[in-house]
Parts: sequence; structure tokens; C-alpha cells
Amino acid sequence: MEVKELHAPGHRACPGCGCAIAVKIILRETGPNTIIVSPTGCLETFTSPIRSSSWEVPWIHSLFENAPAIATGVLAGLNSQGNPNGTKVVAIGGDGGTYDIGMGSLSGMFERKDDILYICYDNEAYMNTGIQGSSATPLGAGTTTTPVTGDSFGKMVEKKDMVAIALAHGVPYVATASIANLADLKKKVRKGMDNPGPAFILMLTPCNVGWGYEPEETVELARKAVETGLFPIVEFENGNMVSALKIRPVPVEEYLKPQKRYQHLFKNDKFEDVLKAIRKKAEDNIKKFGLA
Amino acid sequence: MKGKTAILEGSRAVAEAVRACRPDVISVYPITPQTHILEDLARFVSSGQLKSQFVRADSEFSAASIVYGASAAGARAYTASASQGLLLMNEVIYAMASTRLPVVLTAVNRAISAPITIQPDHQDTMSLRDTGALQIHVESLQEAYDAHVQSFRIAEDPEVLLPIFICMDGWVLSHSYEPVTVFPDEAISEFAGTFQPVQKLDPAKPLTYGSYADQDVLMEYRYALMLAQEKAREKIRSVTKEYKEVFGHFDGDLIDTHRTEDAEIILVAMGSMVSTIRAAVDELRAEGRKVGLVKVRTFRPFPEEEIIKACGKAPLIAVLDKSLSVNTGGILATEIKAAFYGNPVQPVIVPFMAGLGGKEVNRRVIKEIVDIACRAGDKQGPRGDTIWMGLDHGFFS
Repeated sequence: MEVKELHAPGHRACPGCGCAIAVKIILRETGPNTIIVSPTGCLETFTSPIRSSSWEVPWIHSLFENAPAIATGVLAGLNSQGNPNGTKVVAIGGDGGTYDIGMGSLSGMFERKDDILYICYDNEAYMNTGIQGSSATPLGAGTTTTPVTGDSFGKMVEKKDMVAIALAHGVPYVATASIANLADLKKKVRKGMDNPGPAFILMLTPCNVGWGYEPEETVELARKAVETGLFPIVEFENGNMVSALKIRPVPVEEYLKPQKRYQHLFKNDKFEDVLKAIRKKAEDNIKKFGLA
Repeated sequence: MKGKTAILEGSRAVAEAVRACRPDVISVYPITPQTHILEDLARFVSSGQLKSQFVRADSEFSAASIVYGASAAGARAYTASASQGLLLMNEVIYAMASTRLPVVLTAVNRAISAPITIQPDHQDTMSLRDTGALQIHVESLQEAYDAHVQSFRIAEDPEVLLPIFICMDGWVLSHSYEPVTVFPDEAISEFAGTFQPVQKLDPAKPLTYGSYADQDVLMEYRYALMLAQEKAREKIRSVTKEYKEVFGHFDGDLIDTHRTEDAEIILVAMGSMVSTIRAAVDELRAEGRKVGLVKVRTFRPFPEEEIIKACGKAPLIAVLDKSLSVNTGGILATEIKAAFYGNPVQPVIVPFMAGLGGKEVNRRVIKEIVDIACRAGDKQGPRGDTIWMGLDHGFFS
């Protein structure tokens, strides 16, 4: 059977793009009665060139820092006209547009309890502009603005905890998802859409260009992030954890070693403390969410 | 049509007009001196007098973005701001204009930091003059009311589709009380019509908004804004004319004039200062001095032809500015000078900085401006440099 993809093929994403995989699957679940909002970023760039849009649903991009507010406005616009068909509004933004420049706007959307599903595709840096560090870049990862040189070991501090931030806003549905588990991703998109009020889904979407690995390893790395405990797959309803994907933990090195952004950690003993901190992060997650 | 005349605060006059025009979505972030409009509208919505989606915003940036999204979804949308809030909206307004979203925005003009102040001038909206948004400056509370009623139809016209700013001086207009004639909501609603978008975000016909452009089309988008502002000229003329026919009020279309016919010196200005100049002109006329006034009502589209025609053969023009392009001078004066380039009649144009940061401009100051400008023909007279009225030179010693 031929599936009409609502996120059509032929877009300009890099081969091996984790975000492109995720968005295709997300749109299969949202269906056509959905308006998608995106901030500036990879997704906007590779899907929207004039006269060659790959969106088969209504899609709107405005600026970098305002996707949540645009989504709120679209929803208010629909509601003011009665929204007779129950059209849903879903925002899909990268980590720069979510963790950093769009944070104020996202916080406003959460606080107002607007009925919008916000999905963050987190590739842990500003990939669209050439791999600059963001507040989603994890400890020890090298980027062009968290360079590895001298005593600098890449990002010197931990990444921001977006799940905790969403929960602190009282967002009624908060989940993480992986492109290594598409059935789970689809299930969570459905829950996020059906949930009244705001919903937040965080996906780790590996970027072979920014992380430095071969394109065919994208899904495998997404899987390793989960299996190490570094990216826990969890789900919260009304602030209570309702599911956590059990893992048989594998050493963090299996996830870190294939990536160029972490190579320095294995070439110099002086970065042993950083490796230790990353291992501890995985252990803490396993304990905190009862993953093992 | 007969209306009801009441003593209203300027902000209330605006809120009355906006309510009667029935915006579908309102999102406003508080900033002095715009807040009374926001508060009035919030009350209208919560009391059921106005059936709008009223969305609190976390910043002016988000407020502008919320009405942006609403407009793209086909809703009539309204916001308001001032000063720093307008600067924070700047990026959104550029995109809004180029995406052709006809949002109505009340700009309660206030100076820009630093030093931080809540005094009125036009630096805020002038900083957004190149966005593509239309800008109408009003001189009275009645005109503030009238212009808001007219604004939705101008902005939402299928050949225009541009955001529109109704600019009113903070405090002088927003917080003062004057008799304002208000018309029944039903009559205003009928005049304002409803927004009929030519396209919108709709799953039945999926469109992509905010596409990425390469070098082949960006310039074309900007040129389209030029064409749309040309269409807006006609629309402003026809809507103000129709408003006059229906409600009996006319505040000017692109400009308004006062006693310009045989004038030997013409003062050009915008906003509340225009009312003061009217009074000063009448007093000077009574003294036998041939003084006239041109009110620039629409700063965008800029009414070059109307200004030139209104100035006729007057040999002298004084332009009063409440905004500054640093190192160039008053922004209105610069545009007036450009308008006269190549014109057969070449008046002497004397630029004045008058009222920047709320500096007092009363009738005495206006008369002083006329006296200074009249010396422009003398050897010792001004030679094109901006004359700063009321500047305290002692401040710099």
C-alpha cells in the first residue's frame, strides 16, 4: 500500500538526518487535520524553500524565538472561528529554538495552558548555523563555540533539563521519545495531541554532521543514548511518571566513542573527570527514573 | 449619522472603536502609556461586551507573534504597544508585513531609552518605518477613534494586506480627556465589515507560510510591499471619504491642511503637535502673518504628492520633528526634503527638532519656530542644519 507522506520526500535534509526521520513519523500520527508551526532552524530550512515545500499540511514559520507564540496565535485564530473541524496545532522546533532563544515564548505557552503539542527535536547544538553550542549541548561535547583546545574539553557545563522545566510549569503531558523506537514516538504524539492543554515531547535526534559519525549510524546512536541511560525514555501525566523504558545499561563509551565530538575524552587522561561525570549522569538517570 | 458625544479618555476612545470593530483575537503586553487600552479591552472581553480571544502574552515579542499566528489563521487581529515594546516587536513586524498579515496595532508613541523615560515622541514608530507596515498619525482623540474604525478595512483590503499602526502620542492623547463622538457599535461594525482572507492556514487547502527564500525572490517580496503601499494610498482615500459620508467626520486622508492657500510659510508636522500648531496658525493669521499648516497623517505611505501640492508656491517650509536619525537630523524633515527633489518649486526647508523626549512645544514655541524660519532668507539665518528647540546648552558645559 502506498502511503501519502504529509512530510513529503525530496526535502533538503542531510543524509542520515535524525530530525527528518522523526518528522515523517510524527506527521503520520498527527494526520492531515493539523497545523504545524516551526521556528527557524534545520527543519525550516530543509523543508520550506519557496516553490518546493515538503509540507502537505498547513505549515507556518515566522522567526527563531517565537514558534510557541505563533502556535498560540494560530490556535486562538482557529478558536475564534469556532474550529469546527477540531484542527490541532503542533509546534516542532530544534534545541536552539526551544532551550535558548524561544524559552520565554515557550514558558508563556506552557503557563497559559494553551492546547498545543510542542515537540523539540534535540540535536544538541546549533547545527543549521554550523555546529555552535547551545544550552542543550551536553557536558564534554565539542562544538565550534565550545571548542576542544588546551584545558577546554568542549561544553564545560551540563545541558539544561527541559523535562524538569516543562514539569515545573505544570504541563499536563511531558514525555521523551527516541527515533530508535518509532512505535513509542507515535504513541506519545497521539497522547500529546489528545491531551487537553499543553504537551511537551523531547526527542533526541542525532546529527551526523554535528556529532561526527557516519549517516547510517543515526538510529543506532539514538538507541545507544537510551541504552546507556543518558537519554531516558520517560512519560509524565499531570506531574506523575506513568512510564519509563527499562534498559539493560550499556557503558556510556558505546555511545560516546563513535562520535567525533567526544573523541578528545578518550585521547587525554586529563579529561577522565569529564568521562566520570558523564558516567555518573547516566547512573543518576537510571536511579532517578528506575530504568534498570 | 448621529453619534453620542461624551468626555472620554483617549485610551477609552480607542478601546471603544476597537470593540466595535470586533477583532477575533487580541493579544497585548502591558507598557506605559498603552496600558489603559489593554485594560479596557480586557474588561470588555471578560464582561461579554466583546467576543474575542483575549490572550495574555509573556512579552511584546510574543504579543506580536500571537496576533501574527491568529491573522495567518484567518482571524481579525489587534495589538497595541509603545516605545521599547515596539522595538521588541520590530523583527515580528517586518515578517508580518512581508507575510502580508493585516494586523491592526495602536502605537502609543513614547520615547526610546536611554535614559529611560515615559515621555512622548515619535522615535519608536519611526524606528519601524521600513518594516512595510502602514502608519497613520492622529492629532486628537476623535481622530484616534475615527482612524481605528477605518484601519481594519484599509489593512485587510485584499489589494493591501499590510499591518497598520495607528500612532497616537502618549499621555497627550492616550491619557487626556476630550469630547469624543462615538457611534453605535452596530454602525461601526457594519462599516468595519469582517476580515475575508484571500488565504489562510487551513487543512482543507494546505499552504506553507514563511518559506525559505534564495536570491531569486527576496527582492520581489520587498517590491511587492512597495506596490501594496501604493494600493493603500487609494484605499485610505476611499475609506476616509466613505467614513465622512457615513459618520460626517473627516480628519484628512493622507494629509490634512489648514490655511495653506496663500501661505508664505508652511509648518509641517505629525501627531498631537498638529492641534497646537492649528491654534498658533490662527493666532498668527489674526496678526496678519501668512502662515499655513500641513498635517502629515500617513507617514507610510508617505504622501509626497499631496505635500508638494498643498505647499503650492510657498517659499518657506518649517518641518517639526519628534524623531531623530542621529547624524542626519529629523526623520520627517529628511523625507520632506527628498520629496521636493526635482520639484519645479524649490522652497527653503528649515528642519526643527521640537518635542523630542517630551520637550514642551506650545503655541509660544510654534511662533518662535515661525520667526526663526522666516530669517532663513537672511544671511545670518539658518542654513539647513536642524534647529533644536529648547535645547539646554548648559547641559554640555
